Amino acid sequence: MALVEIRNVQKSFGSLKVLHDVSLSIEEGEIVTIIGRSGSGKSTLLRCINALEEIDGGEILIEGQKVYGKMPNLKELRQRVGIVFQSFNLFPHLKVERNITLAPVLTGRVSKKDARDLALSCLAKVGLQEKIDSYPEQLSGGQQQRVAIARCLAMSPHLMLFDEVTSALDPELVGEVLKVMEDMARQGMTMILVTHEMGFARNVATKIVFMHQGRVWEEGPPAELFENPKTPELQAFIGSTRQV
Amino acid sequence: MRQFSMIDFVALTTALQYTVLLVILALAFGTPLALLMALLRTSRAAIPRWATAFVLQLVQGIPLLALLMFFYFGLPVFLGVQIPPLVAVTVAFTIYTAVFLGEIWRGGIEAVKQTQWEAAASLGISRWQQFRYVIAPQAMKIALPATVGFLVQLIKGTSLAAVVGFVELTRAGQLVSAATFQPLLVYSVVAAVYFAICFPLTLWSRNLEARLNGSR
Amino acid sequence: MGNLNFRPLWRYQDAIIEGIITTLWLTLIATLAGLIIGTICAVVLRRGPKPIRYLIYTYIEVIRNTPPLIQIFIVFFVFPGFGVRLDPFPAASIALSLYFGAYASEIIRSGLDSIPRSQVEAGHCLGLSSLQVFVHVVLGPALRNIYPSITSQIVLVLLGTSIASQISTEELFHTAGFIDSRTFRSFEVYALIALIYVLLVTAFRLLFALIGRVAFRWPTRR
Repeated sequence: MALVEIRNVQKSFGSLKVLHDVSLSIEEGEIVTIIGRSGSGKSTLLRCINALEEIDGGEILIEGQKVYGKMPNLKELRQRVGIVFQSFNLFPHLKVERNITLAPVLTGRVSKKDARDLALSCLAKVGLQEKIDSYPEQLSGGQQQRVAIARCLAMSPHLMLFDEVTSALDPELVGEVLKVMEDMARQGMTMILVTHEMGFARNVATKIVFMHQGRVWEEGPPAELFENPKTPELQAFIGSTRQV
Repeated sequence: MRQFSMIDFVALTTALQYTVLLVILALAFGTPLALLMALLRTSRAAIPRWATAFVLQLVQGIPLLALLMFFYFGLPVFLGVQIPPLVAVTVAFTIYTAVFLGEIWRGGIEAVKQTQWEAAASLGISRWQQFRYVIAPQAMKIALPATVGFLVQLIKGTSLAAVVGFVELTRAGQLVSAATFQPLLVYSVVAAVYFAICFPLTLWSRNLEARLNGSR
Repeated sequence: MGNLNFRPLWRYQDAIIEGIITTLWLTLIATLAGLIIGTICAVVLRRGPKPIRYLIYTYIEVIRNTPPLIQIFIVFFVFPGFGVRLDPFPAASIALSLYFGAYASEIIRSGLDSIPRSQVEAGHCLGLSSLQVFVHVVLGPALRNIYPSITSQIVLVLLGTSIASQISTEELFHTAGFIDSRTFRSFEVYALIALIYVLLVTAFRLLFALIGRVAFRWPTRR
């Protein structure tokens, strides 16, 4: 059974249909990168996976469990699915340690006594142990995003979602975040990313999904998709994002 | 004792004239002073700034009622001179207007971006001209909603003139209420009259805020 | 020209101190009750049923567009209309609480709106319940955002307690009138009372500044 099953999903915002009959299957340990132009529906699809957006048709299953906005165990599901946002969304009034340990302590995952150790180990994975007592405002964008990743890791998720997590960063800070994500991939985390970082998509992803006008336009391993794009839309997209 | 009737209603609305008079006088004398206060508070020289700030803090730290009492009872007794009630009350409301409206206008002036001053200065005109032609219009636009809001505060504030016996709307309400022994009814009518005047102004203030400063 | 003579006032020290205490009590009661009223109103306005929301809008607009003096008269006279005699202090407390409550609800509402949805989303995505998100993610920053407005409003309530004198509540302003009628030293009395109010306001502002510095220690946006 696949970790994530997306079957015939439809989604509209008012009269604007954003997702038309999207189907996708993600196995455990896969690194799936969703690429496409703005407006192709990629972020919306990602946000439907953990029910931040409500789907209008079809179904989404995570570990065999149906996901929808009013599901009874939504809280528990979200404790197993981590999401990292484009604008980091760290809590400004809490220090880094508390940002990371807030959810684990409140959901009973770790005792208050062991909380700091948990924070240190998560920060070690993203290389920011020394910042444990800083406030988010005191960190650079790249550091804040790495803390956001550490915050998710503290909940030991089965699945990680990344919503254009490097798009809001200054170019020189992108690398440190991508490195952390590569480490996570190597350690077997199941990851679904929406990104414009083609380098990451080529080198780290196990499957690329190209979306266009709310549909899965092409899907396959990076080598295949990037070397032999079958559709003109993907060819145009690759052409326009070709990096020197 | 008599029933509340049309006569009383007319008495109330006649007293309303004096409410309006107080507001007009306060604005007539208060707005120039408010402008002065705002300019002094944003002056580049330290002394006018601090002196005005001190006066402002002082006046903002006392109830309007105390201000009224001071000019109506306190000062005449001290000076040994009879001050006509209207004069005393007007002075108090003028000071109130100068201080609070002055602060609102100061906020408006300070909200205009520094770059506008720089652009105006580079035209080679005097500082007063920079203010009058470039800064003031923009400051006015920013401060207009709050200015209308202050107008509402002023109208409500005139009700305190009743405490020194000045017969505006609230005092008339007290007199009618004493004559008819129906305070609840009378004061509800008085409240309704104030509401009828203030609420449209409040709505206008919100409308102005949305229209003028919605993009900010 | 008059001569300044504060001496006759000193006999009434105790009365002045009692007046100050009553003023402070009124302020405290109006602040606490007003905050409760304001919070309930703010929450109901965001997610309550339509008829109740209209009721609350009406309450807020009536309070904001009528003089507090009239409000205190109405509260004072509404109860005898139903056969209950109300003492000045409770009547003043109720009127001032309703007054502050209306303004507080607007301030609190804008405070809740000032927290970006993305913060709430982040909290929910970590698996926290709505209550946990409110307490740990929204409350702190919201309180900090409304702190300047709400503390200014509390100072206005402090000054507004002077109106209670008009229904014979024995707070500071009423005491001033009392002393004036006994000593006829109007200038000295009202100058002194004004000074006391200024000192009270300054003390409140300093206290609020101190509390603010202690409670809100995290850095603000650069």
